[in-house]
Amino acid sequence: MAWLSKSLNSSLGKKLLMAITGLFLVSFLVVHCGLNATVFFNDGGETFNKGAEFMAKNPFIRTMEIVLFGGLLLHILDGLRLWIDNKKKRPVAYAVVDGAANSKWYSRSMGLLGTLLLLFIIIHLKHFWYFSRLTDNLTEEHTLFHEMQAIFASPVVVVIYVLGCISLAYHLLHGFQSAFQTLGWNHPKYTPTIKCIGAAYSIIISIIFAAMPIAFHLNLIH
Amino acid sequence: MTKLDAKIPEGSLAEKWTKYRSSVSLVNPANKRNLEVVIVGSGLAGASAAASLAELGYKVKVFCFQDSPRRAHSIAAQGGINAAKNYQNDGDSIFRLFYDTIKGGDYRAREANVHRLAEVSGNIIDQCVAQGVPFAREYGGLLSNRSFGGTQVQRTFYAAGQTGQQLLLGAYSALQRQVGMGNVQLYARHEMLDVVVVDGKARGIIARNLVSGELERHFGHAVLLCTGGYGNVFYLSTNAMGSNVTAAWKAHKKGAFFANPCYTQIHPTCIPVSGDHQSKLTLMSESLRNDGRIWVPKKKDDPRKANEIPEDERDYYLERRYPAFGNLVPRDIASRAAKERCDAGYGVGASKMAVYLDFAAAIIRYGKAEANKRNLHQVSDEEIQALGKEVVKEKYGNLFDMYKQITGEDPYEQPMRIYPAVHYTMGGLWVDYNLMTTVPGLYALGEANFSDHGANRLGASALMQGLADGYFVIPYTIGAYLASEIRTPALSTDSEAFVNAEKAVQEQIDKLMSIKGTKSVDYFHKKLGLIMWNKCGMARNEEGLKMAIAEIQELRKEFWSDVRIPGEANNLNPELEKAGRVADFLELGELMCKDALERNESCGGHFREEYQTEDGEALRDDENFAYVAAWEYLSESKFELHKEELKFENIKIAQRSYK
Amino acid sequence: MEGNLNLTLKIWRQKNAQTAGKFETYQVSGISEDMSFLEMIDVLNNRLIEEGDDPVAFDHDCREGICGMCSMYINGRPHGPNKGVTTCQLHMRSFQDGQTITIEPWRAEAFPVIKDLVVNRSAFDRIIAAGGFISVNTGNAQDANSLPIPKDHADDAFAAAACIGCGACVAACKNASAMLFTSAKISQLALLPQGQAERAKRAEAMVAQMDEEGFGACSNTGACEAECPKGISLENIARMNREYFSAVFTSK
Repeated sequence: MAWLSKSLNSSLGKKLLMAITGLFLVSFLVVHCGLNATVFFNDGGETFNKGAEFMAKNPFIRTMEIVLFGGLLLHILDGLRLWIDNKKKRPVAYAVVDGAANSKWYSRSMGLLGTLLLLFIIIHLKHFWYFSRLTDNLTEEHTLFHEMQAIFASPVVVVIYVLGCISLAYHLLHGFQSAFQTLGWNHPKYTPTIKCIGAAYSIIISIIFAAMPIAFHLNLIH
Repeated sequence: MTKLDAKIPEGSLAEKWTKYRSSVSLVNPANKRNLEVVIVGSGLAGASAAASLAELGYKVKVFCFQDSPRRAHSIAAQGGINAAKNYQNDGDSIFRLFYDTIKGGDYRAREANVHRLAEVSGNIIDQCVAQGVPFAREYGGLLSNRSFGGTQVQRTFYAAGQTGQQLLLGAYSALQRQVGMGNVQLYARHEMLDVVVVDGKARGIIARNLVSGELERHFGHAVLLCTGGYGNVFYLSTNAMGSNVTAAWKAHKKGAFFANPCYTQIHPTCIPVSGDHQSKLTLMSESLRNDGRIWVPKKKDDPRKANEIPEDERDYYLERRYPAFGNLVPRDIASRAAKERCDAGYGVGASKMAVYLDFAAAIIRYGKAEANKRNLHQVSDEEIQALGKEVVKEKYGNLFDMYKQITGEDPYEQPMRIYPAVHYTMGGLWVDYNLMTTVPGLYALGEANFSDHGANRLGASALMQGLADGYFVIPYTIGAYLASEIRTPALSTDSEAFVNAEKAVQEQIDKLMSIKGTKSVDYFHKKLGLIMWNKCGMARNEEGLKMAIAEIQELRKEFWSDVRIPGEANNLNPELEKAGRVADFLELGELMCKDALERNESCGGHFREEYQTEDGEALRDDENFAYVAAWEYLSESKFELHKEELKFENIKIAQRSYK
Repeated sequence: MEGNLNLTLKIWRQKNAQTAGKFETYQVSGISEDMSFLEMIDVLNNRLIEEGDDPVAFDHDCREGICGMCSMYINGRPHGPNKGVTTCQLHMRSFQDGQTITIEPWRAEAFPVIKDLVVNRSAFDRIIAAGGFISVNTGNAQDANSLPIPKDHADDAFAAAACIGCGACVAACKNASAMLFTSAKISQLALLPQGQAERAKRAEAMVAQMDEEGFGACSNTGACEAECPKGISLENIARMNREYFSAVFTSK
């Protein structure tokens, strides 16, 4: 297995790991977003709570949760490793850099966007995952839906969530198509479509996520 | 009187090379491992020779002054490479390529060498394709060809306008493969400053590490100079800024004869000079003459823009003078015709030293063909123009972009302005059939030697010659010499010859650094260039050449008393590098003028105004000048002429006509 | 005085690899629009020589955009503001009177500065030596036309082979990555039938050498492609990734 660790530690291998874990997280976001969007049914959280309960009890989902954390951790650690490695490759910085002339700012700022996202995820996990999985506070009277209402009452929290979603949008905007490029899927016929889907995905997912705290805060969901 | 033995094998022309190859001495593999070869220069000739010799098992060292062997100026060759493949079924053959080359060279090249060149030309294409060189192809997957000046068949293989680049990168890859395997040691940013001769044989070189400034001694059982031409003696040329004569000139001063130095090729299609700041000239590939039509206004000093001059007021002077070859006459003829028109007052552009190269007709022709291909009927003129421009773009896009970048004018909309510029030097170190100079063990390959192009080189033949010498000639001919060297152990570089050679080099560097004068190296280089261009350029005459010799001697004196080289010698110092090269150009320039003065005839790139036909064509004198002029260096300004008579046994020597 | 551009130049000056460098500011005047950028530096250098100063050292050779030797980082971009040109083909008509121009060497761990604007790019040579070739000795290769190659494959291979090895991709990349350079050679040879025999070995060896030389990883920002004077496409990097992974997972 020396060959595998050698390959995964090569510059290309590290990127492969980023791409695979990234796409895995992208797929998770679809599930997460789809389930949460049921709050917009405005049925007092009935559908949403059912879904949440299913997710909490289904053994497959519980297993996948571990895999998910593993994937997230790998994505973070590998990203950190790449960031540190890449920093070293230019020991003397340029005095003038006109980055905007040749690339998008968010493609150059994936580390920063990722860090913001990480901070957001920590807050987010504390708000909901910790609450629902590690405490006994979840009851029939105080469902996850109620908790959302409570949390998003605070305007500060809403702002943090919206900022988190903006970071997510830009992170995905580059990350989605970048993952395909890393996997070697660049083809004049398909790449424009991939880029298009990537952009649509990044924007739609982030808008849906951002809409939740705003809607709760404005009491549009009840 | 002659010391020259060309060592041409016996037998009929077509059999010489075959017979030679089966009878030349061989070196067995075990002995090859002990034989060291020093190769200076990493262009097509140097890289291909280094790779091929290393593959055979020789221990090879390669030197180049650039930061990587891939930068050598072969990379800039645009148009293509000739080969007698006859893929087009248009009547090409080895003999015809041989014939075209001898005729194109105005009957001043050696028959046996040129025939060998034509024989191996096909192998070069095979070898390059095997290496992965991406030549242009037809839709059926087979190789594409185009025509070039001086020929009536399509035998030129090409890769867009970057053929030299692709061929060099092929040879460079082969070289790097050997470097990776440890068979070649690479010395980039190293400049050869002298040949070390021991007991009459070349045994190594003194090289300067350009980064540290240190002088190094390198031993070799044989030394190959693949250092290109000396066009930069004119300051302005299409050569790279670093192209120089130093290696060849140092060899010359150590006993290698310099042949036909006055044969200079002036390329007809270059972007004209725009001002005093000009540091080099840029070629527009000869392939453009396939589709571009060259013209000037019929009226002197016509102030109108090109597009405003109606068809019947244009003088397509090449088509008028040379109906058989038209715009595709050889380079020397096209260049002189442009000069003749400009000198007569018909030049165009601000400087009036340019002629038009016009693609309007080609655009319409291609546009119509394209419309037919696409089954479009009743297309407007604009649509035809657009279609035609697309085709022209595909063929010459990179050249058009380059022209626009440099001049700020769009050649799709208005004709290009072009003027001749120094491009290639047919002269070089005299070599025998084995490519060995008059110093045993010292070889010259590619543009650095004189052997194959006579007084004028045909387009797309430089690449052919460089690769022929490196891939297919030297691997055989070097055996003839090295087979007798297997008992020579590697000499210690502490021996007297090496120490003395290094000392002499050091002394010259110290001398240059100590002048501390007032004028930059470029000042002298520009002055020399102007003397050479005006008096030993496209047209020469006795009076001018004599004046030039005196002026060069004067300039040389001034150089050695007033040049200013800043910085130190023990550091990267581009001014010091340039100074050494210009010092050698200042000596070479004089020899070029002497050679031109001695050759009382006009042939190819050498046009003596006193010797022309009534209608201004070059007038050769085969009775008195059918020889190679090989000059031996005696002392400063003193050279002795040796003549190698040229015998034409297979070609009827005739007045060259492209009419 | 040939023209009317007056410029302020901030140029990185560094005596050699061992000493620290710094920016020096120079004024140049009377610059013509028709000059190339390097000819403008020539003007400055001539003046510095006349004034007894050390001229600015910079790499250059062919001055027609093909040798790949010139390498200046101009106002935050390799080869300056124009697309698809090298520094030597950049002309002064692309600048305005009174402009300040900052000129730096390529910056990368793998490209150490030798002097002023001159850097050592021999790492590229070693990447090619690791596998950027087809192992055919000079000799009796088969007839060139016995191996038909579809025109589009040949064209794609040519487009990749057009790389001039200048290093602008490394200079532009925020990670100083050499993926565009390396992938161009891997692509060229992977696209041609001649390159198939060593395809897997080549990809592994060249990537390993590239990493050893100290180039960074790819962040897919596309800066290299945007700044490449020869328009080498990012598709090549994707192809290299395919070549590499399929080599790694299938080789024995």
